[in-house]
Amino acid sequence: MDMAFLVEKLGLTVRCGGDRLDREVSGGYAGDLLSNVMAGSKSGDVWVTCQAHQNIVAVSVLKEHAGIILTQGREPDKNTIERASQEGIPLLVTELSGFEIAGRIYNLLHP
Amino acid sequence: MTQGCECSFPVEGENFDEAGKVSVEIKKMLKKIDIPDDVVRRAAIATYESEVNIISYAIQGTVNLQVTRDHILIDIQDTGPGISNIEQAMEQGYSTANDHIREMGFGAGMGLFNIKNCSDTFEISSEEGKGTHLKILINR
Repeated sequence: MDMAFLVEKLGLTVRCGGDRLDREVSGGYAGDLLSNVMAGSKSGDVWVTCQAHQNIVAVSVLKEHAGIILTQGREPDKNTIERASQEGIPLLVTELSGFEIAGRIYNLLHP
Repeated sequence: MTQGCECSFPVEGENFDEAGKVSVEIKKMLKKIDIPDDVVRRAAIATYESEVNIISYAIQGTVNLQVTRDHILIDIQDTGPGISNIEQAMEQGYSTANDHIREMGFGAGMGLFNIKNCSDTFEISSEEGKGTHLKILINR
């Protein structure tokens, strides 16, 4: 399953990294505490968070996430989009809550 | 770059815009060398948490990286307030972060705990009013 599949199935809006949606999604992680995400997430995870500032990009690069989904209509800061574009990290937004989007991703990963 | 290297990166306190920059650079360097993924992953986490600690609490600091055939040594020294009770600071969840730091998702009291977990050997020393020194050794 790749990021493009998630975008299509979940109606996500792409804010950057549209050319990198072929990244493979092997799991997911939900969290807003950056240290918790650093410690617990895995390479290939799609990260679900409400943090929209630019520091999320470094976490995703270091953990080699498939992409980041911002929840509840949060819009990424301009700097966040710039950094994510530079690093090739897909940045997506949804109106859904973290709970709802994580549940839907889980169902797609474990049909 | 073949087997080893030695380099140094300055980190400026309170500059959250730059948080993660040094760690990402170090990770990219390590990936170019023949180092197992798990070792790179642990070095990246330990460096990231150390970098964020300097930015969150210190005036300035330095991340020194030494890669030899046997290990990766990440040596971090900062100038800052230091830590009065190291045992307490090592506890998961203990934090002195202010609201601004917490709102960004930092300051959850997991940094030093994560660093120790990623290290094969971890040493910490600190002097109040002067600064903190971390030595993180990860075997290759």
